[in-house]
Amino acid sequence: MVELALPKNSQIRVGKTWPKPAGATNLRTFRIYRWNPDDAQNPQVDTYFVDMDSCGPMVLDALIKIKNEIDPTLTFRRSCREGICGSCAMNIDGHNTLACIFGMDEVKGDVKIYPLPHMPVVKDLVPDLTHFYAQHASIMPWLETTSNTPAKEWRQSIEDREKLDGLYECVMCACCSTSCPSYWWNGDRYLGPAALLHAYRWIIDSRDEATGERLDALHDPFKLYRCHTIMNCTKTCPKGLNPAKAIAEIKKKMVERVL
Amino acid sequence: MADVNRGNRPLSPHMTVYRLPLTAKLSILHRITGVGMVLAAILIVWWFVAAVYSPEYFATADWLLTSWLGTLVMTGSLWALWYHFCNGIRHLVWDAGRSFDLAVTERNNWIILGASVVLTVLTLIIA
Repeated sequence: MVELALPKNSQIRVGKTWPKPAGATNLRTFRIYRWNPDDAQNPQVDTYFVDMDSCGPMVLDALIKIKNEIDPTLTFRRSCREGICGSCAMNIDGHNTLACIFGMDEVKGDVKIYPLPHMPVVKDLVPDLTHFYAQHASIMPWLETTSNTPAKEWRQSIEDREKLDGLYECVMCACCSTSCPSYWWNGDRYLGPAALLHAYRWIIDSRDEATGERLDALHDPFKLYRCHTIMNCTKTCPKGLNPAKAIAEIKKKMVERVL
Repeated sequence: MADVNRGNRPLSPHMTVYRLPLTAKLSILHRITGVGMVLAAILIVWWFVAAVYSPEYFATADWLLTSWLGTLVMTGSLWALWYHFCNGIRHLVWDAGRSFDLAVTERNNWIILGASVVLTVLTLIIA
């Protein structure tokens, strides 16, 4: 359901302003969402100042610098630092992206960082993705076949393989799903752009033999049809993919099979 | 599915922090104009009903709907109709799986907004 206001325990307080680093002349201000499960307080936004003369160009560089030099309790996920693992997905400057490949020069003014929107927060910038992963698992993200397994590999023509371009690159960072207002209001039942993009990736795979079952499973007022082509998913995808188009292709398949 | 509410976890902010792109704003505008036109339609029906009811009642209804406020509401509704129409065509194109490219979508935003204003002005001139 649409609930514009945050629940009582989620409303954000003004947080702590951390001291400026001594001797720095080129400071940048960071406003970062904090929530600690170990005290009974509401979330807050802390202010940090980072010396840009000794900091890398990406938002993740600044987060790591803050954690190393100012506040070791700041909590966030990160791993590959090159946009391939999808761990450091967060809301930066009002849209979802990967902190490791988003440059601070793209932000005007203070850098505002929040966890991925409308998600339960584990701590600070770490959201609970359990439900998101369960939805991904529900679309059967693997090759389903009934034919006998071939002696070597399941073969695919170059043209059929090309149909997977723009789909297989998804790193499941959850930027798209958590940018989607439909997913905010109906995420319990609507699968969201990420899971649906993966569903389409298997629907159009020429080697997959469960296309009908896959479409049957999505034939539901909520799972698929809560997509209203708002396009936030495509706009925010840090990998430049187009989940909105993938969803439209599934909707087309639904129509084509009854025509 | 999985329990995601362990330990009184807060919900991360959404509407208050997300900077909605123009495409998203036009999407909610489609919903708003759709609902708005129903209200305008009720006003117009009320105007007809008043005409059938009595000359005095029609005079009252007609006075209200042709007052500056009524004109404003009706002009707004006219624009809502044209906007909803133009954006509806875009939804048909989307349903055909076309014009999903981000640059095309953002160009079409302005085409739809421009077309809705031009069609509104044309209607006002002709009518």
